[in-house]
Amino acid sequence: MKAWLSHHRQSASLAWRRLAATPVNSLLSLLAIGIALALPAGGQMLLSAARQLAGTATATPQISIFMGNTVDRAMANDMRSRLEKQAGVKRLQFITREETLARMKAGAGLRDVIEALPANPFPDAFVIGVGDERPEAMEKLAAELRKWPGVEQVQLDSAWVRRLDALLKLGRSALLLLASLLGCGLVAISFGIIRMQVLTQHAEIEVSRLLGATEAYIRRPFLYHGSLLGLGGGLVAWLLVTASTLWLRAPMAELAGMYEINLALKAPDIVESGLLLVFAAVLGWLGAVFSLRQTIENT
Amino acid sequence: MIRFDRVSKRYPPGVDALLDLSFEVSEGQVLLVGGHSGAGKSTLLKLIAGVEKSTSGAVLVGGQNLGGLPTSALPYYRRRIGMVFQDQKLLFDRSVFDNVMLPLSISGFPPREAASRVRAALDKVGLGKREKALPIMLSGGEQQRLAIARAVVGRPELLLADEPTAHLDGDTASDVARILLEFNRFGVSLLVATYAHELFPGGNRLLLDHGRRVG
Ligand SMILES: Nc1ncnc2c1ncn2[C@@H]1O[C@H](COP(=O)(O)OP(=O)(O)OP(=O)(O)O)[C@@H](O)[C@H]1O
Ligand SMILES: [Mg+2]
Repeated sequence: MKAWLSHHRQSASLAWRRLAATPVNSLLSLLAIGIALALPAGGQMLLSAARQLAGTATATPQISIFMGNTVDRAMANDMRSRLEKQAGVKRLQFITREETLARMKAGAGLRDVIEALPANPFPDAFVIGVGDERPEAMEKLAAELRKWPGVEQVQLDSAWVRRLDALLKLGRSALLLLASLLGCGLVAISFGIIRMQVLTQHAEIEVSRLLGATEAYIRRPFLYHGSLLGLGGGLVAWLLVTASTLWLRAPMAELAGMYEINLALKAPDIVESGLLLVFAAVLGWLGAVFSLRQTIENT
Repeated sequence: MIRFDRVSKRYPPGVDALLDLSFEVSEGQVLLVGGHSGAGKSTLLKLIAGVEKSTSGAVLVGGQNLGGLPTSALPYYRRRIGMVFQDQKLLFDRSVFDNVMLPLSISGFPPREAASRVRAALDKVGLGKREKALPIMLSGGEQQRLAIARAVVGRPELLLADEPTAHLDGDTASDVARILLEFNRFGVSLLVATYAHELFPGGNRLLLDHGRRVG
C-alpha cells in the first residue's frame, strides 16, 4: 500500500518532469487545450447569465388583464366570477391596486415618486394561467378578453420569455455540441502527446518490463502525464474565462443598466471551476488511456 | 533450483533455438553455458528469466513451473531473478545511480533503504564513486559492472549473465568474472553464457550445438 502510494507520487513527479523537459512544446499544448476548453466554458458563463435573465421573469406563460380606473371593486368581483367560468382559464389571481401600490413602494427608487402622487395610479389586475399554452391559443383568448367591458389592457407576459427560452435551449444544444467536439479535440491532443512519449520512452518501458514492472506500473506515469496535460489546459481555460468575464463585466453592467435588466456576467464559482478542472483532467487521462491501448500493447 | 525437462524453443518464423534440452542446476551452483554463436545460449537464459516461453517441455525454477505461471504473476517472478543481458539494456539517459535504483523502484522498495542498497551494490562492483555519471561516460568494463550491480541489487536467488566478459580485455574480463563469482560465494546460483569458461574455474559446463546439448 505504501509502495503503491509512493509509486503514484513518483509517477506524478516523473510526469511533471517529462512535461517540464520540453517547456515550449508543453506550453503550446497547454495553450491549445486551454483555448479549446475556454470556448465552451466561456459560452457556459454567457448562457448562465442569459438564463439568469430569463429566470427573473416567469417562464410559464400567463396573461395579465388591467382594469380601467373607473372600475370599482364590485365590478371587479363580477369580472372575477366571469373569468372563473371562462374556458381556457386554469389559474386566476386577483391583484388589487392597493397591493400593487404597496409592492411598488417597497421596490427600489420609486418610493419618492409614488408618494408624491395625489392618488393611486395603478389599476386592479388579474393574472391568469391558461390551459392551452400555445401562442395562437393564448392570442385568441387575449383578443376575446380585450372585448370585455371594463378591461383596459390585456398583455401576454410570456412571449419574450418563451422566445428567450427557445433561444437558450438552442444555445445549450450548440454549446453541448461545441463542448463535445472540443473535448474530442483535447482527447486527441493528449493521445498524440502520450504516443510520442511512449515512443521516446521505448527503451525504458522495455527495460522496466524485463526488471519485473507490472503493466500498471509502466502505464501510470503516462496516465499522470495525460491528466496533467488536461489539468494544465483546464487551468489555462479557467484563467482565460475568468479574465474575460472580469474584462467584460463593466460594459455588460452598463448595458444591463440601460435596459434595466438583470444581466450580470459572473466569473466561474468554485464548483464550476472545480468541474472544469476535473473534466479537463479526465479528458487528458482518457487520451492517455487510448494512446496506451494503441501503443504500449504493441511494444 | 533449476530443472529443464525436454525443453524446446521455436521462434515464430520456425527457427529451433533449443531442442529437447534437459539439465539441472542445484542451489548455489555455477553453470557455464557454452556453444557457438546462435547455439541457443541467450535463449536458454531468457527462458529461465521468464522473458521467453518454451514451446514444449517444462522449465522449473525453485519448484515453480514457468509454463503454468499466469502472465500477471510474471513480473513478480522476474523480480526474484537478476539478469545481466547480452546487450546490457542500460538506460543511457539516467545516471548510474538511477539505473541501479530502477529494479528497487519497480518492486516498491522504500526510497531510503533502496538508496543505501544501491550504494552498497555500486561499491561491490567498484563504481561507488561514479554514481552521478551517465552510462555513456563509463568504459565497457564499467558498463558491464553497472549491469551487474543492477542485476544483484534486488538480492536475487539466481543470477543470470549473458556473455558478461565479451568485448572486454583480459584483465577487465577476469575482474568481471571475479565479481560474479563473489556473489555466487554468498549462495546465489549463477548461470553464465560464455565462451571464456576458463575465467570461471570450478563451474559446471553445458555445451550447446544448434540448440541441442552436446556436453
Ligand atoms: N527473437 C527471436 N526471433 C527469432 N529468432 C531468434 C530470436 N532470438 C534468437 N533467435 C534465433 O535463435 C537462435 C539462437 O539464438 P540465441 O540468441 O539463443 O543464440 P546465442 O547462443 O545466444 O548466440 P550468440 O552467442 O551470438 O549470442 C539463433 O538462430 C537466432 O537467430
Ligand atoms: Mg546470445
